[in-house]
Amino acid sequence: MTLLEVRNVTTAFATGQGEIRAVEDVSFSLDAGEFLGIVGESGSGKSVTALTVMGLLPRPPARVAAGAVLFAGQDLVALPEARLRTVRGPGIAMVFQEPMTSLNPVFTIGEQVIETLRVHERLSPRAQRARAVEMLQKVGIPSPERRLSDYPHQLSGGQRQRVMLAIALACRPRLLIADEPTTALDVTIQAQILDLLMDLRDELGMAILMITHNMGVIAETADRVLVMYAGRVVESAPVDRLFERPAHPYTRGLLDCVPSLAADRPRLVAIPGLQPDPAHRPPGCPYAPRCPIAIAECSRAVPPLDPVAPGHAAACIRADRAA
Amino acid sequence: MGRFFLQRLLTAVPILLMVSLITFGLIHMVPGDPSAALGGLSATPAELAQLRHDLGLDRSLWVQLWLYYAGLLHGDLGRSILLGQGVAQATVQRLPVTLSLSLYALVITLLLGLATGIVGALRQNTLADQAVMMFAMFGISVPSFWLALLMIILFAVKLGWLPTGGYVPFTESPLGWLRTATMPAISLALLQVGLLARITRSTMLETLRQDFIRTARAKGLPGRMVVGKHALANALIPITTVVGIVITLLVSGSVVTETVFSIPGIGQLLTSAILNRDYPLVQGGLLIMTALLVLVNIGIDLCYALLDPRVRYDAR
Repeated sequence: MTLLEVRNVTTAFATGQGEIRAVEDVSFSLDAGEFLGIVGESGSGKSVTALTVMGLLPRPPARVAAGAVLFAGQDLVALPEARLRTVRGPGIAMVFQEPMTSLNPVFTIGEQVIETLRVHERLSPRAQRARAVEMLQKVGIPSPERRLSDYPHQLSGGQRQRVMLAIALACRPRLLIADEPTTALDVTIQAQILDLLMDLRDELGMAILMITHNMGVIAETADRVLVMYAGRVVESAPVDRLFERPAHPYTRGLLDCVPSLAADRPRLVAIPGLQPDPAHRPPGCPYAPRCPIAIAECSRAVPPLDPVAPGHAAACIRADRAA
Repeated sequence: MGRFFLQRLLTAVPILLMVSLITFGLIHMVPGDPSAALGGLSATPAELAQLRHDLGLDRSLWVQLWLYYAGLLHGDLGRSILLGQGVAQATVQRLPVTLSLSLYALVITLLLGLATGIVGALRQNTLADQAVMMFAMFGISVPSFWLALLMIILFAVKLGWLPTGGYVPFTESPLGWLRTATMPAISLALLQVGLLARITRSTMLETLRQDFIRTARAKGLPGRMVVGKHALANALIPITTVVGIVITLLVSGSVVTETVFSIPGIGQLLTSAILNRDYPLVQGGLLIMTALLVLVNIGIDLCYALLDPRVRYDAR
């Protein structure tokens, strides 16, 4: 069953030099209970895509210039703010990259978890407290009753990210968006949080949309992957397929960038050049200027995201030969 | 918390010592002495010398300073030369006047300053924001005595709504107090309103950009909770600092305002004490005011601890 369908969404920002399209014609869908990963470099439009779904971009300067975000059949783009608010929390919840600053420093952990319940659910104070304790326990906070009266500065980064998760899960959302949830954490803590995310997905049956620039993280967690480049989806595939037979040269470049201990890859490979400036994107395929297999035709038109195999699509006119 | 309070009280001692020394030095450096005011224009040099001797002003400065501190140690602020009244008594008598006026002005400052600052931040770069900030700039630029005179001309002389000056204690007649205190309080508050509005606006703008505000919105909280609870609770921390400064400015500003509106408060008392070189009254009055402001600042520090949990734990 399709839970979230993003249909041809373009998100633009008004700037001094005119409008810049941070996300252009992005489409994807997410089934209930599915774990979808979005990968890409900084500036590829991953976070803007997530914030567009949540309706959290400041308007102005941002605006959804085209497309629809269908969540459980409702178009969130067209929804007034007051209705959208009832979706945030019980419908879609979100955790962010910066656990150190994402919690309000002047309120207790308990207040910040319970507050969400107070707004969205009619529960007695005792039931709210019980739910908060339950959620803190679920995300692996030791002795949660005592933590309720703690302040964020008394917790470590990993624990704060767990608290953020507890807040997000408090209203049992159907979709959790995790925007680089482990990037700011130590490697050991990263693994714990990722395990936790997968356990919670299985236990609560929610779908997860995780944004990351880390291919390793995607390989371990996601069912399906979107690769974004310069505001567009360039490849979409089940995770195993993507790692085995990447169709888009950019995806292959990304995979080559992953450090390996294998003896046949002595040096780290980097993709030469930079992502195009969103104000001056090339006319054709945005990756063409950096692409090792680009031909003249690549610079004529933006290649459509076409299937190369069942469940696998790539936006590359040379995808067949690349694969 | 108790220990924190005691610590702060202890640091007040050197402050009071410094202030008393500075006031003593300054008032004695000013040419002239109380004998001139006391003896009047017709006094002969011999009479003036006698007066000086009676007041102990012919002794060396060191002896006078010693006697002053000796008195202080006994809790004796001395007697006002002009009023013939104990300094402590004279000051404490007028304290409620200045304090009620300052409090009134503080309430106006907080209500108007916070409200306009928040409106400015929420409607950044709109017409409302610009109007509010123009008002704030006006408040900061207009001299309070000039505004006071204009208000007197308009509301007291032309329209006759309010008296031109004077003072009715609140305990005597709340309405009378309101009628006499409103114009002084407004003229006193306007500068501070402008100051607080600008600080509130920039602090709120800064706070609204924080990650935890995005979290609050992602939780689906209504806008009034995002702004009124999550943003304001954080913005209040720097705003409190400014409120501490505002209180100090209100008390010192009362000197001018009380003169313009002929209100018998500390400001007026100190002005006449300085003009008449009433040494004990100047020294004692200023010392009491300093002590009061030190207490206000300790109160502000306690507010930090209430507003910011990080301070609470660090201040052990």
